[in-house]
Amino acid sequence: MESHTLSTQDVLHERMAKKLKQRHRRERLFKFAGLLATCLGLAFVAFLFISILSRGIPAFWQSTISIPVYIDPELVAVEAPPEREPQESQAAFKARQDAWRNGLMRVSWNAVLAAAVADLYPQEDFAVRDVLALFTSAERHRLRDLVAQDPSVIGSTLTLNFLAHANVDVWLRGNISRDLPDAQQQLPPKVRALADRMAADGYIQQRFSKALFLNTDSRSSAASAGLSGAFMGSLFMMLIVLLLAVPVGVASAIYLEEFAPENTWTNVVEVNINNLAAVPSIVFGLLGAALLIGWFKLPLSAPLVGGLVLSLMALPTVIIATRSALQAVPSSVRDAALGIGASKVQMVFHHVLPLALPGVLTGAILAVAQSLGETAPLLLIGMNAFVANVPSTPMDQATALPVQIFLWQGNELRNFFEARTAAAIVVLLAMMLGLNLFAVWLRKRLEKRW
Amino acid sequence: MQKAPQQGRDVKLSARGVKVFYDDTAAIKGIDLELMDKEVVAFIGPSGCGKSTFLRTLNRMNDTIKGCRVEGEVLLDGEDIYAPSVDVVMLRARVGMVFQKPNPFPKSIYENVAYGPKIHGLARGRGDLDDIVEQSLRRAGLWDEVKDRLNQPGTGLSGGQQQRLCIARAIAVSPEVILMDEPCSALDPIATTKIEELIAELSSQFTIAIVTHSMQQAARVSDRTAYFHLGEVIEVNATEQVFTQPENPLTEAYITGRFG
Ligand SMILES: Nc1ncnc2c1ncn2[C@@H]1O[C@H](COP(=O)(O)OP(=O)(O)O)[C@@H](O)[C@H]1O
Ligand SMILES: [Mg+2]
Repeated sequence: MESHTLSTQDVLHERMAKKLKQRHRRERLFKFAGLLATCLGLAFVAFLFISILSRGIPAFWQSTISIPVYIDPELVAVEAPPEREPQESQAAFKARQDAWRNGLMRVSWNAVLAAAVADLYPQEDFAVRDVLALFTSAERHRLRDLVAQDPSVIGSTLTLNFLAHANVDVWLRGNISRDLPDAQQQLPPKVRALADRMAADGYIQQRFSKALFLNTDSRSSAASAGLSGAFMGSLFMMLIVLLLAVPVGVASAIYLEEFAPENTWTNVVEVNINNLAAVPSIVFGLLGAALLIGWFKLPLSAPLVGGLVLSLMALPTVIIATRSALQAVPSSVRDAALGIGASKVQMVFHHVLPLALPGVLTGAILAVAQSLGETAPLLLIGMNAFVANVPSTPMDQATALPVQIFLWQGNELRNFFEARTAAAIVVLLAMMLGLNLFAVWLRKRLEKRW
Repeated sequence: MQKAPQQGRDVKLSARGVKVFYDDTAAIKGIDLELMDKEVVAFIGPSGCGKSTFLRTLNRMNDTIKGCRVEGEVLLDGEDIYAPSVDVVMLRARVGMVFQKPNPFPKSIYENVAYGPKIHGLARGRGDLDDIVEQSLRRAGLWDEVKDRLNQPGTGLSGGQQQRLCIARAIAVSPEVILMDEPCSALDPIATTKIEELIAELSSQFTIAIVTHSMQQAARVSDRTAYFHLGEVIEVNATEQVFTQPENPLTEAYITGRFG
């Protein structure tokens, strides 16, 4: 009997040992698979970031022509700016000023620029056309504005910075092959040679591109195209989503989670909210176009409309995030509050919501960030229009960062806008990162773990 | 079957024909029970027999549970607490509750105790509130241990201290009845002893109903004991009698089974 029990135990132990081995093997396999999946994910993210940053960061610098410019009174042949006569009315004075400014428009600023380059190399004889090909077209207007602002510069020599033409930038940065035959080059040989020479002499440098941040999009002058309009558009929309979707979403989540009676009606609402979160974003764009623009006659391309559409889109996400944050608050806290005689409202606002707040805010901010990256619905409400001004109110025409990225990506000046697009993506990502960091910071601040 | 409660005391809380349903299953199948003024009644019985459910009907904590329905009446000083005119907020201030797991608010010790008086508007000014907090903590036997750290989190205390904090929180609103659902089940023996001593002291001022799994505890703290079985009260008698000469064979089986 005794030996029988013993042998049975031995057998059992043996079986256990065998099973144990199998268990260990499975564990190792699982851990390995998990590690592999994580690494793969990380690799993709790393690849994405490296490729975007490596293309986008260089685009923050831009070929800039930095040369002394003689504002030749012969070329800028305008009379002295008007001064107000003692008896002159305001209107009359303004009219004279406008007339003087119009005179400035007729000045050949191109000639001033061409002369400036010619002065660098007195021995050479450049064609004006070749010299002007160096500058992006918006720069002569800047020269004019400079003189209009301060007429005393006429007759003096100023060292000024001009953005080089996009093609020059592409050429100097090697974004087009130097081995291509002339027929396939974007610039004539003489311009290329001049650009190379000026770069070698330090007259063309890579400088930090303020234009990218301060200018709006530009059609005629690619090199001065910037993001400020799109950035402001996105900012307005972000504010609208923050002010609209977040409070409305949080309030409805609190109501649904804590106060709503459970009946068919609330069930229908609940199912719809969950479904709404899965509706493709472009559908919201259609809705915005039909309802807000078609019915309420709100203006096309306005950040207000974009913000409303994005709010609608963010709403279900905010509601779902808030509800799950509320659900995560332990029932013991609710019991404690109710048990002492707190009303339901007091329970929610004194105890449940403060505990859920970090989760609520994180969810809300992620929803905002998500909607900020949305492109498709904005295309349907006309936010892909070309807008040359920075919007100053949410009713002005504007575009948005993701839409700007989309537009630049499709620009025919591919080898210039490729980098520009990547730079815009970097700005968008930075904005998202900022929002996310804000969420993390809020979370850390509010999550006073008792 | 039900013996007359102790003489010379008024009925504080009385349940008449109470039935409780979770959706359609009856958890309490008709209970008549009276709690006398300033009396400690222990609820004992096997797990799942409805002790907690019944306890929670006494201050309408069941209102918060979906699908829970109560029939019959519960009279507090002769008034039905389930009458439509009754405000649960007022009711729960009069009938306080201490839960199985200590559940202080994730706030400071002071805030924990001060919260009830604040929402019920009991204190006139800060000094008054300070007094209430100190009084309550003293009565809960916690004052000396926490008086130097009132601003520290209540959740940072030991389990036993947390439970006493919860008791202080409950008595801070001057309830008439305190319901305790296995208040010591999460505590070690020393903390348990402290709570039991506290209950004995509090019984001079409050009517107390306590659910317990420990027969010794029931014997130590209660005047009367009610034995619950499958949603009914099978026997309720003076504690000593329940433990020495149970009337009902089921009670006897439970008690002897437990004692070995
Ligand atoms: N929230 C609830 N929903 C549904 N059934 C419940 C709920 N709470 C308790 N019950 C059921 O009611 C009966 C009594 O439970 P309870 O009052 O917790 O017993 P006890 O406290 O005596 O252990 C049990 O059968 C239990 O399953
Ligand atoms: Mg229980």
